[in-house]
Amino acid sequence: MEMPIPNQDILARKAQIVERLQSILPDAAVIHTESQVRAYECDALTAYKCPPLCAVLPTSTQEVAAVLKICHDMGVPVVPRGSGTSLAGGALPTADCVILGTARLNGVLETNYDDRYIRVQSGRTNLSVTGAVEEMDFFYAPDPSSQLACAIAGNIAMNSGGAHCLKYGVTTNNLMGVTMVLMDGTVTEIGGAHLDAGGLDLLGLICGSEGQLGVVTEATLRILRKPEGARPVLMAFNDNEVAGACVADIIKAGVLPVAIEFMDRLCIETTEKYAKAGYPDCEALLIVEVEGAPEEIDEQLAVILDIARRHDPVELREAKTADEAARIWLGRKSAFGAIGQISDYMCLDGTIPVSSLPMVLRRIGELSEEYGLKVGNVFHAGDGNMHPLICYDANKPGDLELCEAMGAEILKLCVDAGGCLTGEHGVGIEKRDLMSHQFAPQDLEIQMAVKDVFDPQWLLNPAKVFPLVSSQSRRIAAE
Amino acid sequence: MTPQTEQELADVIASAKGPLRISGGGTRPIGNPVVGEALSTSGLSGISLYEPGALTIVAQAGTPVAEIEAALDSENQRLAFEPMDHRAMLGTDGVPTIGGVVSGNISGSRRISVGACRDHMLGVRFVDGAGVITKNGGRVMKNVTGYDLVKLLSGAYGTLGVLTEVSLKVLPKPETSATLYLNGLDLSRAVEAMSKALGSPYEVTGAAYNQAVSLRIEGFEASVAYRMGQLKTLLAEFGDLTEQPDKKTSEEIWDSATNVHGFSDAPAVWRISVKPSETPAFIDVLQQMHGFDYALDWGGGLIWLAAYDDHLSEAAHYHQDSARHNDTVAGAEVLHTNLQHNAGRAGGHTTLIKAPDAVRAAVPVFQPENPTVTALSKGLRAQFDPRGILNAGLMG
Repeated sequence: MEMPIPNQDILARKAQIVERLQSILPDAAVIHTESQVRAYECDALTAYKCPPLCAVLPTSTQEVAAVLKICHDMGVPVVPRGSGTSLAGGALPTADCVILGTARLNGVLETNYDDRYIRVQSGRTNLSVTGAVEEMDFFYAPDPSSQLACAIAGNIAMNSGGAHCLKYGVTTNNLMGVTMVLMDGTVTEIGGAHLDAGGLDLLGLICGSEGQLGVVTEATLRILRKPEGARPVLMAFNDNEVAGACVADIIKAGVLPVAIEFMDRLCIETTEKYAKAGYPDCEALLIVEVEGAPEEIDEQLAVILDIARRHDPVELREAKTADEAARIWLGRKSAFGAIGQISDYMCLDGTIPVSSLPMVLRRIGELSEEYGLKVGNVFHAGDGNMHPLICYDANKPGDLELCEAMGAEILKLCVDAGGCLTGEHGVGIEKRDLMSHQFAPQDLEIQMAVKDVFDPQWLLNPAKVFPLVSSQSRRIAAE
Repeated sequence: MTPQTEQELADVIASAKGPLRISGGGTRPIGNPVVGEALSTSGLSGISLYEPGALTIVAQAGTPVAEIEAALDSENQRLAFEPMDHRAMLGTDGVPTIGGVVSGNISGSRRISVGACRDHMLGVRFVDGAGVITKNGGRVMKNVTGYDLVKLLSGAYGTLGVLTEVSLKVLPKPETSATLYLNGLDLSRAVEAMSKALGSPYEVTGAAYNQAVSLRIEGFEASVAYRMGQLKTLLAEFGDLTEQPDKKTSEEIWDSATNVHGFSDAPAVWRISVKPSETPAFIDVLQQMHGFDYALDWGGGLIWLAAYDDHLSEAAHYHQDSARHNDTVAGAEVLHTNLQHNAGRAGGHTTLIKAPDAVRAAVPVFQPENPTVTALSKGLRAQFDPRGILNAGLMG
């Protein structure tokens, strides 16, 4: 993976830069020794590593503003970092950058149950947002699978989704306002506890901008009352296409499950060995979950099971107890870990129109044979967000490159099927150079023109999202 | 000018010599008055793709909303954000288009539970102020590929680009709908009751107040009956409850709430968004100075405020120019200034939706924003529309 050549002038000024940062932050909040900065050399895309110049851990909006102002004045790039769980390399440093970590911005500022929102500092983890309102039976809806560790700051940067967004939407649909610091240190409020923008929807623009437009330090998030209950049902089929058709029929029938998850044979078999969830022997299985009062759940599941029966299932398994429900989810939730036990893998995130599911699955199977790499499919079927897991051997020379080449083929396939490169993980560095497959030059140009407005010097997370060749003139002009 | 293709539209914009006044069906003359040659998107019409199983529809921007709703209805689906039809309130008689809905981020009562128009937007194609055809987003439900210009274009009233095609998420129509009335509540008790209902697990999809509180429940018959029962128990402390279980009547109630039929004959109407718990004080403070009518939606977070001629004449007495103390236009200016001032203090915003042209020309129709947001918005407009020809000045 190509990254820009580090700016030698900045590397030479490291002592000076560190000193300036230490003048406005406690010593412990400026991390600069060679051994310490190693902790920030990568995120969850571990194939790529690069220690930063230094890292800072501010505790307030004012400190973030002071850090950015210094970096702005000294012309130093800044890479914002939530919890470092990005699978796309969104927080991968360059050698000449300052990592701005949000880990110590983790407080709850306000909870308001009457108006149904919570205001938190952005470094707070996703799950601990729900944790802060759980005693009142409320929750924060977006639930990326890394929710125990991932920070709201990163969720906002990547517009993260999760398994339950079919009903509740993704981050952008649950974000009401932010306090944001621009690269020059200016602090601004965008949105708030009211609904919708009074002017242009800058909040919608910030969400998903991968830390390239500003650093979000505080966020107002919508919280919802927990449903009375939820219950999953497991459906096994002997054909991927039939499972895909069943998904479309369920959606058309007027029931809106909170989740429809799909697993193929490789994932089923692998997780069975690992988690022993007792899944049936089949080609494809669906986990469909519905919510509500017990009577409502019964009624919705009756409709769903009726549809499933018309698709010649191998097995339909209803959870009668909480324990049975947990067992249905067990395999799905262990799937990534189980694949990780047998192999290194790369997790893709392309999204396709649900109608193209059978075609895309078939083509992925063919690519798997062509490249000689195994692929497991486990994904959010209701919204077409696929997660093909390509297995490779990190110790075998050339295997990572082969895996990446195959990944690129699959993502192009998703785009050609009417979908997109990434549904919830973000572009980062991982899919940066594939952007020109999805977008024409003018589509990328207007996006880069947006960054020009927020960060004219291209100092914030500059080497991400756009193909390096497309952003090159802007990055060089900024130096 | 009414171009018939996206390319024609792009050519018109690229070769424009002066400002353009862009409209869809012309049913929503909202914003500061715009001068320029008229450019209509009504020639770009038709549904390009509808996949009920994927909950997705793609249509040309000039497609009539009614055509989209009819197509969705045939598959028992709908635009869940319940776009408002402004014709009755604004006294317009064109054909509302989907591009107009998106350009204004127009949502109705169900916004409180399912999100706004922008939350259902999946993709756009548009022509920017230089005549360049651009796309963003797509037609899939989850998409974080590049910056989200879809949200930015939704609600930009054509000032950043002229929409040519939009893709939207649609949702199944529920089997039935019922409405619960809470009668005889004053404003602060009404907001309290709506907050309690919306904070319950019974999935209230509408919460409005106009003399009585109305709460909407939708879904399968048995589920609606169950949740209605639970809601009545939960809200028993609020006293006089009556139920409207008939689907058709319930739908009419919400049609009227969303389209604010009650204020059709008012000469001046404002739309105010604040957090619901601020609303009682907001109204109370204003009532100490002015006369007006109001109705609430979105659990109290949306205030529709209407002033009639006697209210406006009364407000005119506060105008700094004593020569205008009987002038209703001056009265509307006074009321407007106070509304934006108070909404700003409450952390929300006020938009003037309906008023004589003289008022719309004299005041900032959209809430003035903080200097940073103003500068960023100005910077974005300069990038998307370097010559400043697209609905110039409409949003201030």
